[in-house]
Amino acid sequence: MADFVRLEYKIDGENFTSAGEASVMVKRNLRQMGFDPEVIRKVSVAMYEGEINMVIHAKGGVATVDVYDDRIVIVLADEGPGIPDIELAMQAGYSTAPDNIRSLGFGAGMGLPNMKKYTDEMKIESVVGVGTTITMVVYV
Amino acid sequence: MTVQELAKALSLEVLAEPEPDRKAAGGYTGDLLSWVMGRAAADNVWVTIMTNINTVAVATLVDVACVIIADSAEIDDDVVAKAAEKGVNLYRSAASAFSLCASLASLL
Repeated sequence: MADFVRLEYKIDGENFTSAGEASVMVKRNLRQMGFDPEVIRKVSVAMYEGEINMVIHAKGGVATVDVYDDRIVIVLADEGPGIPDIELAMQAGYSTAPDNIRSLGFGAGMGLPNMKKYTDEMKIESVVGVGTTITMVVYV
Repeated sequence: MTVQELAKALSLEVLAEPEPDRKAAGGYTGDLLSWVMGRAAADNVWVTIMTNINTVAVATLVDVACVIIADSAEIDDDVVAKAAEKGVNLYRSAASAFSLCASLASLL
């Protein structure tokens, strides 16, 4: 296995206004490592959407970003309520976000579709009542 | 065109201008943040009435050239401070998003 750099962040589920801190840190780290701006944009937007989801639905979780020479692997793991119907959740426009979140400009039902759009591979593993783990890969 | 030149041309109120020489190319308008993240491009001018702290995070991640708050929408001081800290050029105007975009279309 090739060498990689691991970046790990705890996503604070209590503080909605600080959501995005981890994504912004990843962006900065990737920029320092000299990655192409478009790759950085894809990784940081996909991760931010995931981060927001974890704050809205799962009271936070853990984000792990493994940086290889040829790809970046993002794993977002939470112990939230799980996703009962992944196919439905993936549909653009479908949202279960509460009204207070919508008033902040989220809840448009574009989070998961954006994560898929901006990554080359995406896998959702979810068990209702146990949690959700999303693995995303962006090729460099 | 730099964002500073653009701000002058549109008589925008300067809230934060940490990168005045940033070049602007094209634009996007919208208030649903995921929609903006899915559609806006790097170096765009982003016109919105959404002024909470997440606006700054989205502007940073999408890497827009600047954000213009339309309709003189209220914005908290801590959001303005965060924009300055994160290198996000932030302007405001009394004009509507429609009017701002119409003017931008002839400038960009």
